Amino acid sequence: MHWNSFGEFLAMGDHGLYVWGSLVVMALLLVVEPMLLLRGRRTLVTRLKRQFRAERAELENRRSTPAPQRVSTPHRSQV
Amino acid sequence: MTERVINWFKYASPQTFYPLAGRLIPWFWALAALFGAAGLTIGFLLAPTDAQQGEGYRIIFLHVPASWLSMFIYLVMAFWAGIGLAFNIRLSGMMASALAPTGALFAFLSLWTGALWGKPMWGTWWVWDARLTSELILLFLYIGFIALQAAIDDPRRADKAGAILALVGVVNIPIIYFSVKWWNTLHQGASVSLTKAPSMAAMMLWGMLLCALGCWMYSIAIALMRVRTIMLERERHTDWVRSLLDDKG
Repeated sequence: MHWNSFGEFLAMGDHGLYVWGSLVVMALLLVVEPMLLLRGRRTLVTRLKRQFRAERAELENRRSTPAPQRVSTPHRSQV
Repeated sequence: MTERVINWFKYASPQTFYPLAGRLIPWFWALAALFGAAGLTIGFLLAPTDAQQGEGYRIIFLHVPASWLSMFIYLVMAFWAGIGLAFNIRLSGMMASALAPTGALFAFLSLWTGALWGKPMWGTWWVWDARLTSELILLFLYIGFIALQAAIDDPRRADKAGAILALVGVVNIPIIYFSVKWWNTLHQGASVSLTKAPSMAAMMLWGMLLCALGCWMYSIAIALMRVRTIMLERERHTDWVRSLLDDKG
């Protein structure tokens, strides 16, 4: 161990502000980046799952209850 | 005897790369934590005082890894962008996009830690010398790449435009690296180079290399995480994304 006391370690030979200012900002950003990434991913996955569920429900709904008026004039998407 | 041939091109498809990346991410996080902890322990607890700079020199254990990674990530980003441009591989463009924000982060950290190192040693936070200015340009190149891609709706076209910017910007990397040799700069010369023995104590060197390895593993982990999100977003109309997310309810 290079240091004699914790106070000496914190002081960094009067350069504490600069050394810890570097370390804290770097550590903070390297923690925040993956957290933001995880949050963005969760938002996207939730959105896509909801979208897929809605699309599937619509598809099943259309299969189970064929609307009579659509037989004569099919919707553009069904052709 | 059967010979196993790995078909690397198999992993060029997002569908097969997605689960592979997912399996690799925890390992790279573990390595990043391991190397980072070892490097910081050596750098901040064990390494001796520097004869010229006192304890303030310990910023080197953050500044040099951040600077190296900012340049290295740019090269890797430009490489993937170039491959994507030449062979029109979807995954390459996604990799380039996934790397850019992390590269920008390291370029910013390089400038930030550099400013905090410059103040006590040079008496100034900033000086317009070749090394500092070219690193600032690197940060702007990253930001330009991200902004350009964000401004174009069609991902394929965004990839192409970004790739051209990334490839033109590569010229800045040797300028940053050799700036301390080519010009008279306030910035000190390289402490470590490929051609001669490092001009620092072994303990300091090991601390710095381990911190750099930690940052490297961090970058890989984060790039793989980001590329997976980009894949889901861009491939959301495909069957594999649909079956991946829809079956689980």
